Amino acid sequence: MSIGNLSIDDLMDAGLAGNRRALGRLLTMIENGGAPANDIANRSHRAQRGAPVIGITGAPGAGKSTLTGQLLRRLPALGLRPAVIAVDPSSPLTGGAILGDRVRMDDVAGDNGFIRSVATRGHAGGLALSVPGCARLFDAAGFDPVLIETVGVGQVEVDVAGAADTTVVVVNPGWGDAVQANKAGLLEVADVFVINKADRAGANDTRRDLDLMLDLSHVSGLHGEYRPPIVMTTATDGEGIDALWDAVEAHRNYLNHSGELNRRRKKRFRFEVASRMNDQLAEIVATLTDSTIADDDRSPAEVSRELLERMLNPAHERLR
Amino acid sequence: MPADGLNERPIRVVLAKLGLDGHDRGIKIVARILRDAGMEVIYLGLRQTTASIVAAAEEEDADAIGLSMHNAGHLALAPKMLAAMHDADLDIPLIIGGIVPDVDIPVLTDAGVAAILGPGAPAEEVVAAVRNAVSR
Ligand code: B12
Ligand SMILES: Nc1nc2c(ncn2[C@@H]2O[C@H](COP(=O)(O)OP(=O)(O)OP(=O)(O)O)[C@@H](O)[C@H]2O)c(=O)[nH]1
Ligand SMILES: [Mg+2]
Repeated sequence: MSIGNLSIDDLMDAGLAGNRRALGRLLTMIENGGAPANDIANRSHRAQRGAPVIGITGAPGAGKSTLTGQLLRRLPALGLRPAVIAVDPSSPLTGGAILGDRVRMDDVAGDNGFIRSVATRGHAGGLALSVPGCARLFDAAGFDPVLIETVGVGQVEVDVAGAADTTVVVVNPGWGDAVQANKAGLLEVADVFVINKADRAGANDTRRDLDLMLDLSHVSGLHGEYRPPIVMTTATDGEGIDALWDAVEAHRNYLNHSGELNRRRKKRFRFEVASRMNDQLAEIVATLTDSTIADDDRSPAEVSRELLERMLNPAHERLR
Repeated sequence: MPADGLNERPIRVVLAKLGLDGHDRGIKIVARILRDAGMEVIYLGLRQTTASIVAAAEEEDADAIGLSMHNAGHLALAPKMLAAMHDADLDIPLIIGGIVPDVDIPVLTDAGVAAILGPGAPAEEVVAAVRNAVSR
């Protein structure tokens, strides 16, 4: 099928029926943003099925893609049809990117899976802005689960925790010690820990440091009744992948029976509404003239409050 | 919102080596050249099949496919690639680089290969070949 001049209607029909090219094109439209992206988001939302969304994050080279490739290889045998959103960074200088995560995933899932490489396109935080929209489309098209691989992250890029139901944090032996393990950020958002490259020296030390950190989290009450498990893997030979999937499923069960899934999804919805309103307000403000906005007598706080009041109260004169 | 200078939709290119040909120095350099020209390069690496390349181009909604060939298999493999693309209704250009003797170039362009580059092709030529093929 040639998709060159299909409408969004036709693309959605074909995409939700499983046509790869249509899905590929819809994902591009989501990435490019604007009105078509919103249209696709609305339609995907109404067709949502609630597939689990699993984030896989960790430092550059930790083995995220290799692990994801192993999951892709196994999940179809369990009757699942996984989709992967693999994010790699765009150059801040040229906007170009080498999207190399697929190299580690081969074409293993074939017709039983779908891999899309996504560049960050200037967005910090470890994901691209389009990722939630892409995940929603995959869900609507019947993919289950949706796996999101972040860029290689440091300690603070934790966007993935807001986009996924379950966040898997991948570390390696020798990546730090008990001090790193207790710093705020990445490790706090883990629902499952993976110590990948367990074939290397120091895996047991890393396990001990993480365990001690989790003990302290328990003392301070960070995770409530749930204690994130630690799974040891050697992604290159598939060692520990079954245990990783079991841990992800166990977290899923916890999310379901504790009501936490509902809470997370509501929170995510609220967050997305807020960030969209943010974007829309920024667009409106960008259209206002300097004389409407800048004022020697009033501070930015006062001007913004007044503008908002005028917008929210239709009895007032309309903006500009 | 995309950051400044990023609002134009980047060209997306799938780069791959077909079969057992292990010469990947050239294609890695090409990946870097295209990245620095602002393109999004989906790098598949070694040991791909026509089917895996077509699937990747579909999923990635690629604007072009680039193959790097050094094992003297181009006269068989390039038409095979074109046929696989045709069967999938994938109407995007195929660009080839690597070792292609001059006498074979018209054969491949007649078969539908959009551009063919050889050893020593400078960065500007590599970028221009992809840009021209995509805008055609
Ligand atoms: C380095 C090299 C190797 C290295 C490869 C290392 C690696 N990981 O890449 C090693 C030692 C492993 C090797 C092995 C072999 N090699 Co060798 N190798 C070369 C050599 C000397 C240079 C290739 C190279 O890296 N060039 C540098 C890069 C940057 O240039 P390039 O690849 O041409 O790419 C440029 C352009 O072509 C273009 N381009 C390339 N791809 C693409 C793709 C796109 C989309 C675009 C737009 C542009 C583009 O842009 C690049 C930048 O200008 C060539 C000879 C030569 N002068 O080319 C022989 C050569 C390619 N090898 C050859 C042979 C025969 C072999 C072996 C079979 C030898 C043997 N009997 O064991 C093995 C096969 C290995 C295998 N599994 O495939 C022959 C091929 C003969 C043929 N095709 O008819 C050559 C031509 C040598 C010769 N004169 O006989 N080789
Ligand atoms: N020894 C060993 N090497 C591994 C293991 N898992 C992955 N690797 C290697 O580590 C390197 C990086 O693996 P990737 O899967 O690309 O890592 P990544 O986290 O996806 O990397 P980025 O996406 O670039 O952040 C590759 O060379 C892998 O082969 C492992 O369990 N043991
Ligand atoms: Mg990766």
